[in-house]
Amino acid sequence: MKVRYFDNAATTKVDERVFEAMKPFLTSEFGNPSSIYSIGRETKKKVEDARETVAKCINAQPKEIYFTSCGSESDNTAVKGIAYANRQKGNHIITSKIEHPAILNTCKQLEKEGFEVSYINVDKNGIIDLNELERNIKDTTILITVMFANNEIGTIEPIKEIGQIAKKHNIIFHTDAVQAVGSIKIDVEDLGIDALSMSAHKFHGPKGVGALYVKSNVKFNKIIDGGHQERNKRAGTENVAGIVGLAKALEIANNDIEKNAKYLKELRDYYIKSIEEKIKFVKLNGDREKRLPSNANFSFRFIEGESLLLNLDLKGICASSGSACTSGTLDPSHVLLAIGLKHEIAHGSLRVSFGIDNTKEDVDYLIDSLVEIINRLREMSPLYEDFVEGRYELDEM
Amino acid sequence: MSKKEKVLLGMSGGVDSSVSALLLKKQGYDVIGITMKLWDEEREDSCCNEESAYDAKRVCDILNIPHYSINFKDEFKKYVIDDFISCYIDGKTPNPCIECNKYLKFGKMYNMANELGCKYIATGHYARIDYSKKYDRYVLMKSSSIKKDQSYVLYNIDKNILPYILFPLSNYEDKSIIRKIAKENGLKVASKSDSQDICFIPDNDYIKFLSTYANIKSKKGNIKLKTGENIGKHDGYIRYTIGQRRGLGISYKEPLYVTNIDKDNNEVIVGTKDELYLDTLYANNINLQAIDSIQGDLRVKAKIRYSAKEASATISMVDSDKIKVVFDEKQRAITPGQSIVFYDEDIVIGGGKII
Repeated sequence: MKVRYFDNAATTKVDERVFEAMKPFLTSEFGNPSSIYSIGRETKKKVEDARETVAKCINAQPKEIYFTSCGSESDNTAVKGIAYANRQKGNHIITSKIEHPAILNTCKQLEKEGFEVSYINVDKNGIIDLNELERNIKDTTILITVMFANNEIGTIEPIKEIGQIAKKHNIIFHTDAVQAVGSIKIDVEDLGIDALSMSAHKFHGPKGVGALYVKSNVKFNKIIDGGHQERNKRAGTENVAGIVGLAKALEIANNDIEKNAKYLKELRDYYIKSIEEKIKFVKLNGDREKRLPSNANFSFRFIEGESLLLNLDLKGICASSGSACTSGTLDPSHVLLAIGLKHEIAHGSLRVSFGIDNTKEDVDYLIDSLVEIINRLREMSPLYEDFVEGRYELDEM
Repeated sequence: MSKKEKVLLGMSGGVDSSVSALLLKKQGYDVIGITMKLWDEEREDSCCNEESAYDAKRVCDILNIPHYSINFKDEFKKYVIDDFISCYIDGKTPNPCIECNKYLKFGKMYNMANELGCKYIATGHYARIDYSKKYDRYVLMKSSSIKKDQSYVLYNIDKNILPYILFPLSNYEDKSIIRKIAKENGLKVASKSDSQDICFIPDNDYIKFLSTYANIKSKKGNIKLKTGENIGKHDGYIRYTIGQRRGLGISYKEPLYVTNIDKDNNEVIVGTKDELYLDTLYANNINLQAIDSIQGDLRVKAKIRYSAKEASATISMVDSDKIKVVFDEKQRAITPGQSIVFYDEDIVIGGGKII
């Protein structure tokens, strides 16, 4: 069976050019960048070249870029590192209710350690309430961390406005930009971002490597102790191949950013239009305009449980209900609950995230499969039968 | 080539369901594995923890069949845990596996099978389903392995879904053979220990579970003889079950056993061994499988608990959902809350809850 991949928010395929760029560092060029001799110096140079490339892509300085092992490590380092380093100023952190678990669970851990965290509400489209955010600022607030774009519903947050609020109150602003980097042009200076997390495998780079931008005047503690790598901010021998791959992938993505966005939006809008035409009782989750070009998230009424995803898998379609959870268990998404969806409706939701390898024919196959599966599942649903026969009234989603 | 029949197999990560996957695949079925997430707490060897789901997934990966973990925690709480707790509050002794089989494995999982376009569902239970000429339908039957037979805990399944259930282990007489098959086929679960009695209470301390999870406060009360004579104190009637001898803390001229739990008066009634034996019981929540109704008197073999020996009895309906059971010989420790299951030779007729 042909596998069709619509889960590019979970991970992406490594670009051939990226793989070629990485290859020497997995084979012949194996020197440790910390070594003083020739082959060490060579790999060190490549790591620093990569740092410059990454810095350039987001309009930062090379010395403000730290390589990590993944997006989660970048988030942990940013939030914990900044919190610990600024503890004498205060213990209050502001975040949103729809963050990725890498932020939410890090905040929960900090709460156990005596920090206070405010979780700001979002509106029905998933956009953070800026008034509530500003109202929650107090003398002890040291950090605001709000994601750039949501991984489940694709909503793009008002980053520039948050940056301005943070600056006005002299608070550090971090953004988890794992979903945005590579698909939205980001200028950290212009947007007023003090710290930013990214992950290579979300933009056709390899897994196991991420990066963290921290503005030069922002203090943060290191989280991984050991050697003096990454200017003494992140111990551990550099993942040279990964770092080179990350930089190459980001460079390619940034060069093609407009072209790719246009193509993805075409596929996405065709999909959204077709689903809304062909399937009744659906709701598009997230904002129609302020949305990642690749993302479409629908809730289908009368579809209970996880059978939709499983049926899609059996047809070779890779999509997801929300974030890819390690256990494979499908719990209702905290994001969908935060935008006001009821438990049972949140359960019948499907996120597709298109990639540049998808064709219109792929999308047609996805649409046809969904029409067939949704119709079949609804015919089996006692709730749908009740609705059709007038015993159940459809309320607002 | 004709299209293969699809089967949804419930997998606990244990050796029985793993070998079931292997056998079904060898028989030519298109198998999908599913592990139900039923309960949250960390524990070992239970049917639904992370390790179990991991093991089940590994087996499916090795056999190259799809596997999914499905969250049925809400349903498990509603149909199994809540019933378990209220049963103890009622002074009864529940068997949660029976509810789980009815509502989860052969309820929710059967619905899931339909949604996935599967004709059959399967589990690693030791029992058989076969067509019976006598009853002109598919019936549930005892396993070939008398020692492992689990038909008792399956009597409550809806009769209409029996034709769509497969028990791949039905013809195996010995668990060691199942382990051997697992080993020969490189399934690492071959040496895993058997699952325990109650999956959500791994340490078997149900009293601790009731007090910590359900927040039930035991109230002290009196232990009495049938005559009303007060002979001791108890620490809460939920701690006692019919037939219990140990832990009463009473010295008396002869051994005493719990014969009744009177929750309304918060009393535990004890008596001599003779008083523990009764020949008549009533049951409700009746589920019939091989027959549609009971007319007049019916001669059956009946089992009053999972581990009980079956005994000859005559049963009759006394109400629309109430059966009277009269045994030929008195039975020891008939326990409200436990199920009674009726057999005709190897065939399960049906059963109900002892009241």
